[in-house]
Amino acid sequence: MIQIFFYLTFALYGCATVAYLAYLVRTTTAVEIWANRLVMAGFVTHLLSTIHRFSSSGHLPITNMHESLSFFALAIVGAFILFERKYKVTILGAFIIPIALLLVVSSSAFPSAIRELNPALKSNWLWIHTIMAFISYAMFTIAFGAAVIYLIQQYFLKKKRLGALFQKLPSLNTLDDINYRCLTIGFPLLTIAIITGAIWAEKAWGTYWSWDPKETWSLITWFIFAALLHSRLTTGWRGKRASLLTIAGFLIMIFTFIGVNLWLPGLHAYK
Amino acid sequence: MNIIVVGLSHKTANVEIRERIAFSPSQIEKPLRELVGLDGIIEGVIVSTCNRVEIYATTRDIAGGIARIKRFMADYHHIPLESLEQHLYNYHSEAAIRHVFRVASSLDSMIVGEPQILGQIKTSYGYAAEYKSSGIILNRFLHKAFSVAKRVRTETKIASSAVSVAFAAVELAKKILGNLSDKTVMLIGAGEMCELAAKHFLNSGAKGIMVTNRTFERAERLAEEFGGEAVRFEELFEHLHRADIVLSSTGAPHCIIGPKDAEEVIKKRRFKPVFFIDIAVPRDIDPKVDDVENAYLFTVDHLQEIVQANLAQRSLEAEKAEEIIDQEIGQFHKWLSTLEVTPTIVALRSRFDEIRRSELEKTVSNWKDLPPDAEKRLEALTMAMMNKLLHVPTSVLKKAGQGGRVDLYVDAMRQLFELESIQHDDQELELEE
Repeated sequence: MIQIFFYLTFALYGCATVAYLAYLVRTTTAVEIWANRLVMAGFVTHLLSTIHRFSSSGHLPITNMHESLSFFALAIVGAFILFERKYKVTILGAFIIPIALLLVVSSSAFPSAIRELNPALKSNWLWIHTIMAFISYAMFTIAFGAAVIYLIQQYFLKKKRLGALFQKLPSLNTLDDINYRCLTIGFPLLTIAIITGAIWAEKAWGTYWSWDPKETWSLITWFIFAALLHSRLTTGWRGKRASLLTIAGFLIMIFTFIGVNLWLPGLHAYK
Repeated sequence: MNIIVVGLSHKTANVEIRERIAFSPSQIEKPLRELVGLDGIIEGVIVSTCNRVEIYATTRDIAGGIARIKRFMADYHHIPLESLEQHLYNYHSEAAIRHVFRVASSLDSMIVGEPQILGQIKTSYGYAAEYKSSGIILNRFLHKAFSVAKRVRTETKIASSAVSVAFAAVELAKKILGNLSDKTVMLIGAGEMCELAAKHFLNSGAKGIMVTNRTFERAERLAEEFGGEAVRFEELFEHLHRADIVLSSTGAPHCIIGPKDAEEVIKKRRFKPVFFIDIAVPRDIDPKVDDVENAYLFTVDHLQEIVQANLAQRSLEAEKAEEIIDQEIGQFHKWLSTLEVTPTIVALRSRFDEIRRSELEKTVSNWKDLPPDAEKRLEALTMAMMNKLLHVPTSVLKKAGQGGRVDLYVDAMRQLFELESIQHDDQELELEE
């Protein structure tokens, strides 16, 4: 029973991915409407699946790889739906939804059985720390999608290749706006996640900071986005440089999230 | 019933002829009344724009109808028919339907895909509806033409791309800068194309414009015209950083903006992008400016290329549009054919019913000691007989209406039962679906 919604989500994200990629090739209102409907339906089943898991396990379902990957995908899709509404950038789905699908697919590769909660995680800090972290991750993922499209659009403009794809993708200005908006939401949340993490660490492990790989890499991610935000605000950095830095930050963030859990042993490695 | 079209357009007549033959909308009632007063013309609509003058009508007599409308156009404007005739084209039946669908969808326009024509036909139809010169068939026909035009516009990209250099520049600016409402244009030098582009930018909502010229008076005059700000040519670089869009067309023999200048300007703008458009020959803006980050330089040639690509795209889209029209013609033609059958069936029924009633009345009035419910029974009996007798011919006619041999059957039926005067209006409304 618990898996039905999950598989439904799986299927809906799969269909939505196809629809968004189709939208990239054949831009019609019908395809747009269907892509948005599919992703909305997927989000709803995903949310139900998460809530179901939450109610049957009694804790926030982000305590192992299966749950965290799925939760990450949920946050990304939720953020995408909001940005799609606000900026009317359906085409962004062709770059974001495949990432969500990939996360859901890889989450199903990990054991999904509900396990007894690790005693160290039994805390209210789990909520605030992880939810903040996941929303900031979702924001940086959207920023990453916008940055990739920005580089594509800039390439087309510089090479004077203004074909069909150029016409369909959003304007440089919109993409830069999205990047900035994601940064201004994501960065404070990441900061809160790190601070609450430190407070929680002090309570659970007796020290604020223990240079555990997750902590170290989170700090690196934080520094990259801090640098980006700083140069945006002081010298007005934008466009290509901002996009490249966003992509770098995103890749390090993904490593912080997945790589550290899988390959670097430490306090945060919850497989 | 046949739909006929008689008219002329930019393809067959020059502007002098078109002007002479045009019908002014303020005095459209008179020609509309005269048109439907013509012998054999049942309904009529007059479309008169600066690029075309066309009359749509319905008639039973195609050749006669067309000839009379041609004569009417010539006489109404006091032009000898002999000199007008060479410019006129005419269509009937399916070709007429196709022609009107194509015109409404802007496939026959001077600039394919331009949107005005649909509104113009709607207005013309509005007059015809107001003065009741259009009836069941043309009403339905033009509504169909409007919906076809709408389908063409939404299902193809025939009207979605810029086909002039100035408009292409605006579209491109939006792709780089987003909304233009807080953007400023800098106009360097003067020239027709430059000024046209500046006008387009302002019409698209650009916030302001700065104008500079080697002769300051000229800059001032242009600035005044655009409601902008004149800048001394020597002070160009003190103001350039305020511009998001730079349009340049001076007669300078060498470049006036180099990559170093662009770099400085962009730094001063905190890296906000600048869209440079170089219209001058020889060039005003060094091509290396395009290598500067956040500077996007386009020349007239680039814009021209975009326009060419868009035009090619339009003709590709026009093919899709023709396919849509093909489908719709079939549907409409089918409807028109059933229209022929239905009045015939109605007339046939009323002819039978008439006989039945009169015979029934004769019988009843001569019948003494009529049992109480006999009249009702007789009524039912005759009705049943009539329905049974009519059932087969009715269904055969209806079937013929869907096939191609309608005329034959309808004609035979008319002659066999002497059905000449056919009531049109009321019955056909039911066929709307």
